[in-house]
Amino acid sequence: MEFVHRRRRGAELFLLILSLVVGIGAYAAVGLGVDGEVPTDLVTHGLWLTVLVVGAHVAIRLRAAYADPILLPLVAALNGLGLAMIHRIDLARIAANPDRSSFAPSQLMWMTIGVVLFVTVLFTLRDHRRLQAFTYTAGLVAILLLILPLLPGIGRTINGARIWIHLGPLSFQPGEIAKVLLVIAFAGYLVLHRDALALAGRRVLFVDLPRGRDLGPILAMWLVSLGILVFQNDLGSSLLFFGLFLVMLYVSTERPGWLLVGGVLFGAGAYFGYLTTSHVQVRVDGWLHPFAQDSNAYQLVQGMYGMAWGGLTGRGLGQGAPQTTPISWSDFILPSLGEELGLTGVVAIILIYGLIVERGLRTALICRDDFGKLVATGLAVVFALQVFVVVGGVTKLIPLTGLTTPFLSQGGSSLVANWVIIALLLRISDHARRPPPEFLDPDADVDATQVVSLR
Amino acid sequence: MSEPTLVLIRFAYLAILWIFVLAAISVIRSDMFGARVARETGRRDERRAAKASKARSKPSKARRGDPTQVVIVEGGNSGELVPLAGAPLLIGRGNDAAIRLDDDYVSTRHARIASSGDQWYVEDLGSTNGTYVGSSRITQPTAISLGTRIRIGKTILELRR
Repeated sequence: MEFVHRRRRGAELFLLILSLVVGIGAYAAVGLGVDGEVPTDLVTHGLWLTVLVVGAHVAIRLRAAYADPILLPLVAALNGLGLAMIHRIDLARIAANPDRSSFAPSQLMWMTIGVVLFVTVLFTLRDHRRLQAFTYTAGLVAILLLILPLLPGIGRTINGARIWIHLGPLSFQPGEIAKVLLVIAFAGYLVLHRDALALAGRRVLFVDLPRGRDLGPILAMWLVSLGILVFQNDLGSSLLFFGLFLVMLYVSTERPGWLLVGGVLFGAGAYFGYLTTSHVQVRVDGWLHPFAQDSNAYQLVQGMYGMAWGGLTGRGLGQGAPQTTPISWSDFILPSLGEELGLTGVVAIILIYGLIVERGLRTALICRDDFGKLVATGLAVVFALQVFVVVGGVTKLIPLTGLTTPFLSQGGSSLVANWVIIALLLRISDHARRPPPEFLDPDADVDATQVVSLR
Repeated sequence: MSEPTLVLIRFAYLAILWIFVLAAISVIRSDMFGARVARETGRRDERRAAKASKARSKPSKARRGDPTQVVIVEGGNSGELVPLAGAPLLIGRGNDAAIRLDDDYVSTRHARIASSGDQWYVEDLGSTNGTYVGSSRITQPTAISLGTRIRIGKTILELRR
């Protein structure tokens, strides 16, 4: 492929300006819709957003000049829109009860931490292939992180799921970071053992089953993390990890049989879960019969009423009533947006998610090394699955499971982890898109002292 | 705030959202076509460069003949010759390496020598101690020519005719 990618940093800046218009415009529209005037803190909010976005852009210019130009603007637009929506629900909640605390300032703080981490990753990680050295370390740390919430003292149960740790005033969901680490661990392992996994072994029915010693370590790593999640009642994350593992196995071995086996296993596991756990039964009943007399699906029904009220073009920002849905600022932020922006807005948001996934998979396609390919695929799949599970859940396509909507919903751990995911994707895409370096001049006397570029 | 103004704001915001999405899509599109244009200008540059070098017309030793073998100049296996015919060549301590180095500072799958057209490249495969061309550690495929010294661990390799 003699195909040279351009840097496109100018195009990125242009899209970033548009994304700021989306974010800050939403904030202004919320103020206009709720109070009838432009909010007084629009300038400080807008400036802060601009500083963060420009900071990330400058970091890319300095450290990943050839990186994908579309990812950062897409993410910045989603984050800005999410902040405005959380602020809008804050206003309604505080109007109903002045004692409540607002979520938007803390979300902006988490976004700042996320961008700082994003810049740190770009500056410290020069070459994503260095991560391959940490295959087992990443896997071990991921499992430790997943165990943390189960420890007495720091772990805490919120809304039935024990996935939080509290350290002083800070609370954190370690599973979000574990997600990124598991992608690195799976990719590092599969890239070394893909041939053995695909070729050595016996054929059972439609699938070439690999040898135990090839699949064993990674299977153990995966079962442990899945077991912990089931133990913590975190259905969404277990579904996410299951799908992630399956897709990465399929991509690395090029054996579609894995998807079949995985699908059957998933079906069996889900049915078993339905029969044994009340938690799952409640969710499935709410999904099948949300409008029944004794239904437990109040949240789901409220969200659907909201979206129906929004209709094609929405109520307008600040003029719906999204606060009537429980947790409308986090798990149910998409129905809130659907209520105020309508189908038109939600389709645009889903399209933005689709473009993020597309850029991730494109990075995987053009990446030259297998490890980078697998990591990029894994990160894109994490993103896609998460959006599918959340959007499918709130629109009653599949049973509702708790997962965060990336970049939109309120929640620091998820936001920070997603910024790191984007930084990793940009690092890989910079590597993949960078043209081969200039040829050394064959005329030059190679023994003489040369000026060597260190970058 | 009057009702028509609010309706106006509502539609204006949806328009902004969609303009953003469409702009992003158009950048993706131009990125694809842009890459092709860049290749053409690249070719033009190459042609210009070729013309310029012809004008200089300074035949050099290095231009005569292509490299045919890799020589280990320094290190435990010093003196070994490996033909380039089997390229791409894997360098490392592992059994599957085409150039097997007996050097504690070399990784199992350390680096690879491959060609693209007339140009030879060396690429680091995520080794622990790195691959050096000249004095700089390489992070991506790097072009090498006759006599370029590639340092891997304590071993130094070179392309020869």
